[in-house]
Amino acid sequence: MIRLTWLQFRMQAAAAAAALAVIAVVLALTGPHLAHLYDVSGITVCQAHADCASLSSRFLNQASAAFTDNFLLGFGNVVVAAPALVGIFWGAPLIARELETGTYRLTWTQAVTRTRWLIVKLGIVGVAGVAAVGLLSLMLTWWFRPIDLVNMNRLTPAVFGERGVVPAAYAAFAFALGVTAGVVLRRTLPAMAVALAGFAATRLAITYWVRPHLITPVQATGKVVESLPGGGALRLWPAAGPHGPAGTPVTIPGSAWVYSIQQVDAAGHVVHPVLRAACHRSQAAIDACTAGYHRVVSYQPSTRFWAFQWRETAVFLALALILAGLTFWWLRRRLS
Amino acid sequence: MTAVLEANGLGKRYGRRWALRDCTISIPGGRVVGLVGPNGAGKTTLLHLAVGLLAATSGTIEVLGGCPAGSPAQLARVGFVAQQTPTYAGLSVSQHLRLGAWLNANWDAELAKRRIKQFGLDPNERAGKLSGGQRAQLALTLAIAKRPELLLLDEPVASLDPLARREFLQGLMEVVAGHGTSVLLSSHLIADLERVCDHLVVLAASRVQVTGDVDALLASHYRLSGPRRDPAALPANQEVIQESHTDKQSTFLVRTTDPILDPAWTIRPVTMDDLVLAYMSQPPGTKNASHPGLEVIR
Amino acid sequence: MIEFQLDTASGVATYLQLVQQVHDALRLGLLEPGDQLPTAQQVVIKLAINPNTVLKAYRDLEREGLVRARPGQGTFITRSLPGTDPGTQARFLAAMTDWLLSARAEGLGPDDIEAIYRTAVRSCFAEGVA
Repeated sequence: MIRLTWLQFRMQAAAAAAALAVIAVVLALTGPHLAHLYDVSGITVCQAHADCASLSSRFLNQASAAFTDNFLLGFGNVVVAAPALVGIFWGAPLIARELETGTYRLTWTQAVTRTRWLIVKLGIVGVAGVAAVGLLSLMLTWWFRPIDLVNMNRLTPAVFGERGVVPAAYAAFAFALGVTAGVVLRRTLPAMAVALAGFAATRLAITYWVRPHLITPVQATGKVVESLPGGGALRLWPAAGPHGPAGTPVTIPGSAWVYSIQQVDAAGHVVHPVLRAACHRSQAAIDACTAGYHRVVSYQPSTRFWAFQWRETAVFLALALILAGLTFWWLRRRLS
Repeated sequence: MTAVLEANGLGKRYGRRWALRDCTISIPGGRVVGLVGPNGAGKTTLLHLAVGLLAATSGTIEVLGGCPAGSPAQLARVGFVAQQTPTYAGLSVSQHLRLGAWLNANWDAELAKRRIKQFGLDPNERAGKLSGGQRAQLALTLAIAKRPELLLLDEPVASLDPLARREFLQGLMEVVAGHGTSVLLSSHLIADLERVCDHLVVLAASRVQVTGDVDALLASHYRLSGPRRDPAALPANQEVIQESHTDKQSTFLVRTTDPILDPAWTIRPVTMDDLVLAYMSQPPGTKNASHPGLEVIR
Repeated sequence: MIEFQLDTASGVATYLQLVQQVHDALRLGLLEPGDQLPTAQQVVIKLAINPNTVLKAYRDLEREGLVRARPGQGTFITRSLPGTDPGTQARFLAAMTDWLLSARAEGLGPDDIEAIYRTAVRSCFAEGVA
């Protein structure tokens, strides 16, 4: 069964290997140059002391010039698309083609049980898909490291899904979704469509509705929130003094993922006070109006990047396993 | 002879429609059994149930004394050629043979190679490029080379030209003669069945209409023609299968194991064609006509 | 070795046709005692018929005493058909010629004679009916 699966799969495997090889060569040729640009930019030195806005933008401009924006963007898209491609082209046809063409009537009557057949097919192609995407994302994480260190935005949705280990988990899920769609719908093209739509919808849903809840955010309380220029950092002052914010502020770096800045009353309830026009006349007026209220900033520090990565990986792997179980059940019970 | 296939009240329902119903048959081994009936009668359903591609809605079925597709050992004893002989279009003939070797413990590679050569198949040709007859021979080779005790074939020659049909049956009979394999072969072409089958199962309207050894069936059915008569007036031991009347004459196709004594009848023997057609055209809802007494017990 | 043919349109059972062809071959001297009949496998490869049919025909021939099956070796002719000596044939030829002459004298044409002949052969030689 293993040899048969390989025989049927080898063309797709070769295509993926070729694509990965090409990308690896391109990255290997260009990566060191980007790293060199970063090393000579002086950002490592300045980051220890002050903000490096000008050095950062100069480095980024150099990078853009060296590799053109399309190039950089293109790589990001590859990692976003790769899991979907695995689901559509490796997952959906896996079983659907056999059902569509009737070849299952040949294979299921040889001396191999349906369960073993499915286990081997899912195992070999699934692992290959996950490994390919995993390798791709690790290569890209390595290549983008200088840029990520400068941008410090790894927790934003646009970047998070293109780095680290989550793309491999996305691929596992997309693959399982494709296979399940194929088994239920029994036709390759509709299964591909469902795989694509389902994968996109799930990714969006989890990014915006599940990921924020994976780890309880840090909450910093203060009286005044000040936006710092260049980089999106925030400063939270504990008190509002007569000449402006007072006390020792808490700095929330721009790399943090800020959920919300909310107004909270003395009892801790979130309020949405509408400041009457009268409150805006002077600082004293503002202070008076906001006397009983605090500001609470909910955020995730960027050091939690890997914690988020592993948790989201677990979520998608769990989904993949559930779908795989559904496929087994469907194949045994319903297709009879 | 032990039965190779035993079904008891076997039925398969899709939604509200019964594809096969109340099927109770016992198919003896060492025979070439013809499963005949019009399209949609349930032949494919019965074969798929026998080979484990479908699960029964009601009743039971046992193949070679075991549950269909119950284990790899069971699957190894039964060879199957599905309707329209599905093959992997992208794989070559020799790759199909390797598929057989990988997926079957009991693979006779020599037999497979010999057959491929015998029927002039190019081992490196892709299955998608083969003609219908060649694909059928490939599928049959795959089913045979695993040395099964029972071969099930679903309309294997339906879409083949006469020459390819003849070659397929020649190859099949060679296997039966050489290895004593039991065969259950479905078709709606009666002429082919006449050549090769010695046992018959007639399916129509999702029910078994009659089953038995061909010799016994032909010996117990007669065509009676004579002056016009009401079928109820016939003796009780003569079961009317088919009747037709003009204003002066009646013709009946009857089944009986007793001699026919009425001198008014002209008695003619019945061909397999007549017999099968008569049973196939019975109106639906007629009681299941499988009489164990018809089977020749050897 | 004899090569069997099959006439599907004749209405005669396949195994009977095989038996008949062996009889004819014996009569014509194409088969002699000691000759081997084709194996069941050889016959079915050519004719695409059920091997049991061939075995049935050979069993019938064995019962008539014309052949013997030697396990592992094949089926062999043991003797030629009785009643093929020229004297008997000449006697019946003369009787038949007389009969035909008197039939023609009565006004029967070739078609009538054929019909009579066929009916008589059928009822006389049909299986199991005296």
